[in-house]
Amino acid sequence: MNRQKMRKLEETFFTWLMRFCLIGAGAILTIILWVIASRGLQGLSWEILTQPPEGSFYLGGGGGILNAIMGSLYLATGATILASFIAAPVVLFMHVYAPHSKFAHGLRLALDIMWGIPSIVYGAFGFAIMVAIGLRASLLAGILTLTLVIIPILARTYDEIVAMAPRDLRDVTLALGSTRLEYLGVLLRQTLPGLLTALLLAFGRAIGDAAAMLFTAGYTDNMPDGLLRPVASLPVAVFFQLSTPFPAVQARAYASALVLTTIILVVSLLAQWTMRRLGRHVIR
Amino acid sequence: MLTGDVWHPQDGLFGFAPFIAGSVAVTAVAMALTIIPGVLSGIYLAEYTTNRARAILKPMLDLLVGIPSVIFGVWGILVIIPLIREQIGPLIGATLGQTFPLFAFTNPSGYSVLAAGMVLAVMVFPLIVAVVDEIMRSAPREMREALLSLGATKWETTKCVVRRCGMTGVLAAIVLAFSRAFGETLAVLMVVGNVPQVPQSIFAPAYPLPALIANNYGEMMSVPMYESAMMGAALLLLVVVMVFNITARAIVVRMNKGA
Repeated sequence: MNRQKMRKLEETFFTWLMRFCLIGAGAILTIILWVIASRGLQGLSWEILTQPPEGSFYLGGGGGILNAIMGSLYLATGATILASFIAAPVVLFMHVYAPHSKFAHGLRLALDIMWGIPSIVYGAFGFAIMVAIGLRASLLAGILTLTLVIIPILARTYDEIVAMAPRDLRDVTLALGSTRLEYLGVLLRQTLPGLLTALLLAFGRAIGDAAAMLFTAGYTDNMPDGLLRPVASLPVAVFFQLSTPFPAVQARAYASALVLTTIILVVSLLAQWTMRRLGRHVIR
Repeated sequence: MLTGDVWHPQDGLFGFAPFIAGSVAVTAVAMALTIIPGVLSGIYLAEYTTNRARAILKPMLDLLVGIPSVIFGVWGILVIIPLIREQIGPLIGATLGQTFPLFAFTNPSGYSVLAAGMVLAVMVFPLIVAVVDEIMRSAPREMREALLSLGATKWETTKCVVRRCGMTGVLAAIVLAFSRAFGETLAVLMVVGNVPQVPQSIFAPAYPLPALIANNYGEMMSVPMYESAMMGAALLLLVVVMVFNITARAIVVRMNKGA
């Protein structure tokens, strides 16, 4: 009887311990969002969102972070588009022309390893290449480096989604006498919502990644004005503003952090929504 | 170069030891804090939750993954640093710190190995949960049913399943999390203090490898050999992280073959 009680006690103890861990994680997430929101709102104003910084911005002068917001959007959008042109065909090729092959297996391994490489290493790599070909810190260099960072994310996410497509689809399409290229089109149509989700996730990663942009995209107080000119980005702006000793500038860093978090949250929720919503017209 | 502990780029001295020690210390603290809660949460998510609870918890974890490292850094500065400076530091320093130099509260600023470790712990937590969850769900159903029908409690069943199928998966999760933590840059850079010395206590500041690259890369052109030193740091980071990733991969592949 006593043994029974001990077992029951052990069960209850561990169940609550596990619940406690998860609740703790939820609490930390809430604290993060709450701290960013409450501190950010104090510094947030219309001026910050709609103006580039003025001359004395980092000493507490006027202006805003529009340059960083636009810069971040350009960088992340450019990188996402570029990466999708590389990742999507590769993934579709892997599934249509070379399923279960050594090539596909090796490629997945390579992508997984690329995913694991820290973005600061991509940044250093991108910078070394830039120096070698004489390119200065610019929007173009930032986009190219970010593309490298998100290709594995995009490809592996999309890969998982394409793998979920029903086998019958392949059999039916090919049995009707279509070529493999036509099947590729069918597969693309079938997985389009998934591709959109993967794109949104990759966009979210690209916009939040600072380490790769630190030396490749540079930083400037001007609005982004050309592919070969340096460009500001939100994470780097947060980082720079926070390292100044002035409370007024630090308050702006919190506001910038809030803007960044909001963008990420919207993109992330949108990704989850597209996955559920657009999946309706897909054959399961 | 790997073992030298003097960092004076102007004199051509590029000792990496403090940076390697910093990276290892920060990552070790993060792992010590996050492994047990992470694994337990992963198990709970896989074995105990209803579908509805899962539908809430999963997006929550995805959200945590999506938050950029700068935001974690800001959170570290706003919450963790004051917490260590005012609460944890004095408390642990006055108790454990008296006997173990590892816990001595030597640095009243709060920017320390512990702060970076705590931020990293939160960052890699969802990664561990996701991997453990996936592994546990791929364990055969029959095994669970057999154990439950023998009168085992749910926790006893779970224990057995983890021991039989999940051990390698848990290991893979830990290895992956380690490599992620090892390469994390900005969040760590913002809270770790950036003093090039071998940290003697968890409250001492450190200077991990990614922070070294991030802080010095732009301005290295004037000093001879500086660029190679930075590239060396990047290479070191790359090799360590790749070895860990391939190890984790090999573990998973091997396990799938066995199952």
